[in-house]
Amino acid sequence: MSSITTNTKAPASGRSSTLLLLLKMRTLLALFLVFLFFAVMAPNFLSAANVLIISKHVALNAFLAIGMTFVIIAGGIDLSVGSIVGLCAMVAGYLVLYGIDLGIGWSIQFNTIEICLIVLVVGALIGVLNGLLITKLNVAPFIATLGTLYVARGAALLFSDGRTFPNLNGNPEYGSASFPWIGVGSLLGIPVAIWILAAVAVIAAYIATRTPLGRHIYAVGGNERGAALSGVNVGRVKIFVYMFSGLCAALVGLIIASQLQASHPATGETFELNAIAAAVLGGTSMSGGRGRIGGTLIGAFVIGILADGLIMMGVSAFWQTVIKGMVIIAAVVIDQFQQKIQARVILHQQTS
Amino acid sequence: MSGDAGNVNHPVGLSIRNGSKFYPGTQALKNVDFDLRMGAVNVLVGENGAGKSTLMKVIAGVEKLNGGIIEMNGEQVVFSDKADAVHHGIGIVFQELNLFPNLTVTENIFIGHEKTKAGIHIDRAAQTDAARVLMKRLEQNIDPETPLGNLRIGQQQIVEIAKALAGNANILILDEPTSALSAAEVDVLFRVIEDLKGQGVGIVYISHRLEELIRIGDYITVLRDGVITGARPMKGVDIAWIVSNMIGSVSKDFPRAVDHPLGDEVFRVEDICLQGPAGALAVNHVSLSVRAGEIVGLYGLMGAGRSELLECIMAQHPQSTGELFIEGKPVRERNVSGRIRRGLALIPEDRKRDGLVQIMAIRENLTLSSLRDFTRGIYLSLADEAGKAGEFVKRLAIKISDMEHPVSSLSGGNQQKVVIGKALMTRPKILLMDEPSRGIDIGAKAEIFRTMRRLAADGLGILFVTSDLEEVLALSDRVLVMASGRLTGSFPSGADPADVISAATPNQRKVAVS
Repeated sequence: MSSITTNTKAPASGRSSTLLLLLKMRTLLALFLVFLFFAVMAPNFLSAANVLIISKHVALNAFLAIGMTFVIIAGGIDLSVGSIVGLCAMVAGYLVLYGIDLGIGWSIQFNTIEICLIVLVVGALIGVLNGLLITKLNVAPFIATLGTLYVARGAALLFSDGRTFPNLNGNPEYGSASFPWIGVGSLLGIPVAIWILAAVAVIAAYIATRTPLGRHIYAVGGNERGAALSGVNVGRVKIFVYMFSGLCAALVGLIIASQLQASHPATGETFELNAIAAAVLGGTSMSGGRGRIGGTLIGAFVIGILADGLIMMGVSAFWQTVIKGMVIIAAVVIDQFQQKIQARVILHQQTS
Repeated sequence: MSGDAGNVNHPVGLSIRNGSKFYPGTQALKNVDFDLRMGAVNVLVGENGAGKSTLMKVIAGVEKLNGGIIEMNGEQVVFSDKADAVHHGIGIVFQELNLFPNLTVTENIFIGHEKTKAGIHIDRAAQTDAARVLMKRLEQNIDPETPLGNLRIGQQQIVEIAKALAGNANILILDEPTSALSAAEVDVLFRVIEDLKGQGVGIVYISHRLEELIRIGDYITVLRDGVITGARPMKGVDIAWIVSNMIGSVSKDFPRAVDHPLGDEVFRVEDICLQGPAGALAVNHVSLSVRAGEIVGLYGLMGAGRSELLECIMAQHPQSTGELFIEGKPVRERNVSGRIRRGLALIPEDRKRDGLVQIMAIRENLTLSSLRDFTRGIYLSLADEAGKAGEFVKRLAIKISDMEHPVSSLSGGNQQKVVIGKALMTRPKILLMDEPSRGIDIGAKAEIFRTMRRLAADGLGILFVTSDLEEVLALSDRVLVMASGRLTGSFPSGADPADVISAATPNQRKVAVS
């Protein structure tokens, strides 16, 4: 009896299931198509050197997008990441050049690891500040992080009166000569920045899927009241996601300062928008509760490859912007479509 | 206020013949005949879910009948929507206020039907004048230019009535208009109603306060389970008549109480107080205790403070005062997770808003409160989790095809079982249930009641809130009644329904019962 019902319903539900699978894989599909397109159309696109350059570009956005994904899943938004990148780059540059002046003719100098740790702590603290504003003072996430966007950018400018910190080569005497290695060095032929990205992505994916904290992040974004009544500490979860986002931004600041061996206070302007775009492209829902780290990574790659490929094809920068915008809108429209199909498939399975 | 005025003075303004209304799974109205008399107060009474609100929504054009007809002045009418009903002179004041706190009183009164010049320019002066006239008619000293949010709830209720009157209503439906009003405001409202009656307006008045109904009504209609069980002029009606028609003699199919010995006291609250938004205490020095294996029903009307009491127990109101004891030991934890660990669990009233994360999977919802049990260090064992979730799905007989589906794909009854499963997975000692049978069909209700009985037999203490009199009397080992934030009564199982109802009536006035 049951086998008969399954048989009669199989074609309809089977077709929807295939469609659903295609839709679920759409970002990966898009990545594949974009990659194929440029491999054919753009000369030298597939050369090893070019692939490395593209992946370095992508990495910077991917860090921010991973942090942003957590924030958006928890139902928030973090506009301040670009400014945190700028501020952290300036902090790194200052520490490499001057150390901390104690004001008595002495100064403390740091080695590379210490510099990295201090910069990361600065980024995380700004994130915690965002979190506290949002949880303790009930400021809307958009406004709170918009505020820190300006404050952090201003602080970055104040650091050097708007000037660039040049020649961040480090000083062997202080053990900071290895500072440029973070941005330009490589291990086993793969840039250090990519290794760091891999590590961060694995940790983030682990947190998201295999820890209570990750589950709580999804629950808070899905239904904050419900989560609170189920015993989830909503405030702590929110503070964590903003802290993590700040930490990711600090990493980017470090890498950029090291790559350029200079830090400029305008570093990272509008980076937050690219990060949001990558997360959304990767299937993160702006209303919270839904999103995956893997999806976000692929989203970042689609955006990065699109940008670099178009440049290599000689498409004007103006058109690039238009195309990027259209891709993002298309992604969200398809996402809505997927939700509908998904609901239908589940209904099918329940009636059968 | 006399029911003996006769039908001549009170012509039928609107009538429903053989009206039926189906919702998926239930029939809210069954072949209802209802006459609405003009220049009189037609009171409508019945338990929650009896079909009062559905009947009024039909008259106000919000819902359409599936069977039967509506007649006005001898002609059949069909209201396509609410605006159409307003056009026919029908105004309704819903139980929940539909107002905009950010707009002024005038703007609220004319929202949706603004007075305009040439269709685009709002004629403020004319609107304000009209609002002023309405306020005068309602004996209210409210400046039409004040933002609505600055008014007390009672005054807002008056504005809602003004809004209905502004549409030149000659039929006015008031759905529990006094639930938020103070005694003085109730008197004003009653004067306004007398006034409107004098002007020939037909009023439908819904309330749970039986004394109030007897005081104001001219005709009474009693509904039970979508059927009209009594309709007559108010003259000679007493509370006993109303109650017997409301409850009837046939009992619904409730599981029989299984006899099991009650254990020691497992839970006690002492002197819980919570400041309400209006200034009065929403929970007023409430103390109660629950024994192991005991089901305590907490009965009362809407706004009696029952849900607030449960929220205080579940640490939702940090400003509340009072003490909790579990197995004699004081509960000092100030947050929800701490209290869950101590053995408290809450099934909230609003499943959608408070109980579930709709877009998460059934498995994830079930285990949300007990993730700690499946975690080693920071590693969450998905296999253990799925195993435990599967066990609860089986134990509670939740009908699902796949645990990974979003919980929103389930029916109301099965969603409620998921909420109960989530609470039970924390191994509570006391289960707090707020309206556990709301919005689910009869079959699922019976199943949930059986589950409650079984849990009690296993030694769990259950404190449950309900507005369904029959339910509270049939299920509870002990019935507690709340009114206006106070505990006003305590009855053993098998108590007289009339006593329970009268304990639940706030601001009790003595009424001569003929």
